[in-house]
Amino acid sequence: MNKMETMTGAKALMTAMEKEGVKQVFGLPGGANLPMYDEFARCDIRHILVRHEQSAAHMADGFGRVSRKPGVCFATSGPGATNILTGIATAQADSAPMIAVTGQVPVNMIGKDAFQESDIIGMANPVVKYAFQPRTASEVPEVVKKGFFIAESGRPGPVLIDIPKDVQINEEQMTFPDEFKIQGYHPWADPDIVNVEKAIDMLLHAEKPIILAGGGTIISSAFAELQAIAETLMLPVVTTFKGKGAFPETHPLSLGPIGMHGHAEANKMMAEADCVLAIGTRFSDRSVGTFEAFEKRLKIIHMDVDPAEIGKNQTTQIAVIGDVRVNLRVMVKLLLQKAIKKTDETPWLKHVKETKSYWKENLKIHPGEMGAAKILRKLRELLPKESIITTEVGQHQMWASLFYDVIQPGTFFSSTGLGTMGWGFPAAIGAKVAKPDVPVVDIAGDGSFSMTENSLATAVLEDIPVIVFLLNNSTLGMVAQWQRTFYGRRMIGVDQQSCPDYVKLAESYGAQGIRAQSMDELDKAIKTALSSNVATVIDIPIDPEEDVLPFVAPGTSLSDMILPS
Amino acid sequence: MWAILSILVENKPGILFKVTHLFRARNFNIDSISVGTTENPDYSKMTITTYGDEKQIDQIVKQLDKMIDTVKVEHLDEHKTVFRELSIFKIKLSNANDSMEINKLANAYGGKVHDVKKDSIMVELTATPDQIKAFEELAKPFGILDVARTGVAALQRSGV
Ligand SMILES: Cc1ncc(C[n+]2csc(CCOP(=O)(O)OP(=O)(O)O)c2C)c(N)n1
Repeated sequence: MNKMETMTGAKALMTAMEKEGVKQVFGLPGGANLPMYDEFARCDIRHILVRHEQSAAHMADGFGRVSRKPGVCFATSGPGATNILTGIATAQADSAPMIAVTGQVPVNMIGKDAFQESDIIGMANPVVKYAFQPRTASEVPEVVKKGFFIAESGRPGPVLIDIPKDVQINEEQMTFPDEFKIQGYHPWADPDIVNVEKAIDMLLHAEKPIILAGGGTIISSAFAELQAIAETLMLPVVTTFKGKGAFPETHPLSLGPIGMHGHAEANKMMAEADCVLAIGTRFSDRSVGTFEAFEKRLKIIHMDVDPAEIGKNQTTQIAVIGDVRVNLRVMVKLLLQKAIKKTDETPWLKHVKETKSYWKENLKIHPGEMGAAKILRKLRELLPKESIITTEVGQHQMWASLFYDVIQPGTFFSSTGLGTMGWGFPAAIGAKVAKPDVPVVDIAGDGSFSMTENSLATAVLEDIPVIVFLLNNSTLGMVAQWQRTFYGRRMIGVDQQSCPDYVKLAESYGAQGIRAQSMDELDKAIKTALSSNVATVIDIPIDPEEDVLPFVAPGTSLSDMILPS
Repeated sequence: MWAILSILVENKPGILFKVTHLFRARNFNIDSISVGTTENPDYSKMTITTYGDEKQIDQIVKQLDKMIDTVKVEHLDEHKTVFRELSIFKIKLSNANDSMEINKLANAYGGKVHDVKKDSIMVELTATPDQIKAFEELAKPFGILDVARTGVAALQRSGV
């Protein structure tokens, strides 16, 4: 326990955040958080101004996913607080660590429908890991300490700290605790040796075993362990979309993401496997299609940090609860101890490799020069392997899944749970703040980019040079694809009519705008963007009618894939 | 399957909302709920009864357990648990005999009679939901004017 000091709640907040190692926050001020804002003048925490609070939350989210430390966003009460809700829900759906700090009306005004009062605790509760509302200034240090702990431990998630204005202003005796107790929170489990042993046994006895790596593999950075296990047992690896890049996608055992827009070879092999080692995944409907079809033929070994995920969507034969990296390490150790190493190519593995090379060669892609596959392969070719990718939501996102191979694990991030358009660009800004030395690229669609394009102001003024790689089909492409496929080509509410001119838009913000209409121009544009130190939008006009295929229609199973004809 | 869940929570405002919201958000139904403080003022105990198959009950227990404000969550075994619900029935009296009949009925179920009026009578019954249901069926022909029920309170027996 540190010595007592007298200070305001606002100052205590900053001090407590400094103790947590916070270097910057993303936010926008208002009446109800001004006392906190005033403290930025007197502390070393950098404030990065956004143009809309949703973007502040996405930036904090991007920062959190890359650094695996909670990113922090600030908003005032009422509309400021409600504006960040989408960002909070997005972080929750993808288990990203985040702290959202909102101002609130003074304690004695709560419940009086005061100006800019909103019950943000009530509204946010379903989409946060936890929410605090300190009612006295002296509670602030412990709330911050607990908040950071909850946000980053176990299965990470967003934590909301809603601070009434008088609590920010009041001066009280503060103690900054080193230790604290949260009765009902037990984020850690011991390594589960017994079940890991059983899992090895099951994998060794399976005829067609496969690894399915989910987002949890990335969150716990279990890359080396995953690769060691795959190579030792000679197991093919598919990922969920959230797990994309948990395993190098250039590795011979890699098949890429499964799911609605998964790779043909991944879906085919997943549909044929008889035993799956599922790591850090919640078996989302987008990944596995209909649950029933999936679990019918498969023995499932499920490793997850969250006990509530076991048996939620799939019936499991073996459950290994706890941090997946810890348990995968146990597995690696046991394999070593028992000197288990497979070297012979099994008939299954031979079949897997043949299927993979068939689809690598035979998947039909757009015939035009500026087809999505070619564009994304060009990007991959020119980006250093450690570059970080974020994406928006839509066709471009799924083309990125199909055609952009992640070489260095843990460098690909997307809003996969909530599917939030407008996430990628601000998240890229947050990612760049976390890792300023690597290129950060948002693979975007025009519709998504429109939702948070005003973050260009933040990127330029705050000197955070990210690249927006805009696959511009002048339409809400993914919706258009569904309307073409399922609604008899009745195109309603999807036409974006090439508006605005994204080169001029970028320039008007003081960013760099480049249009690339041929492969040569694209090559140059990417190189220019990589070598410049200002945010760059590369506007790439593409065919509005290009579809994303393969496609597993909703409500069907992975074996019912629609393929390009 | 009918399930009795016993949930020890931190005694803080807003927790009832969070617990009940969890049921709604996860597409479960609450059959009955009762909440009270415990011998330790830091905690409250909620007893929730619900229906679901084994997998569903297991899932709701895990989701409740995951909540940071829940200290302990138990799925109680009906056969090793004392569980009771308080109910009050207001029953219509249509003729002179009714009062005597209802008294007898109340006695048979260990109920107490209150507020005897010319045309109505109240019965207080502390019993299992099944017994209350049975009493209700028998009282129906007289005419049930109103009912209030508390939800189940339950404790596991010692040494089981
Ligand atoms: C906030 C939000 N609103 C609506 C949707 C539904 N939606 C999913 S994809 C999509 C179209 C995306 O268009 P664009 O960003 O241009 O990408 P494209 O599909 O054209 O590559 C829409 C509207 C969503 N995911 N998020």
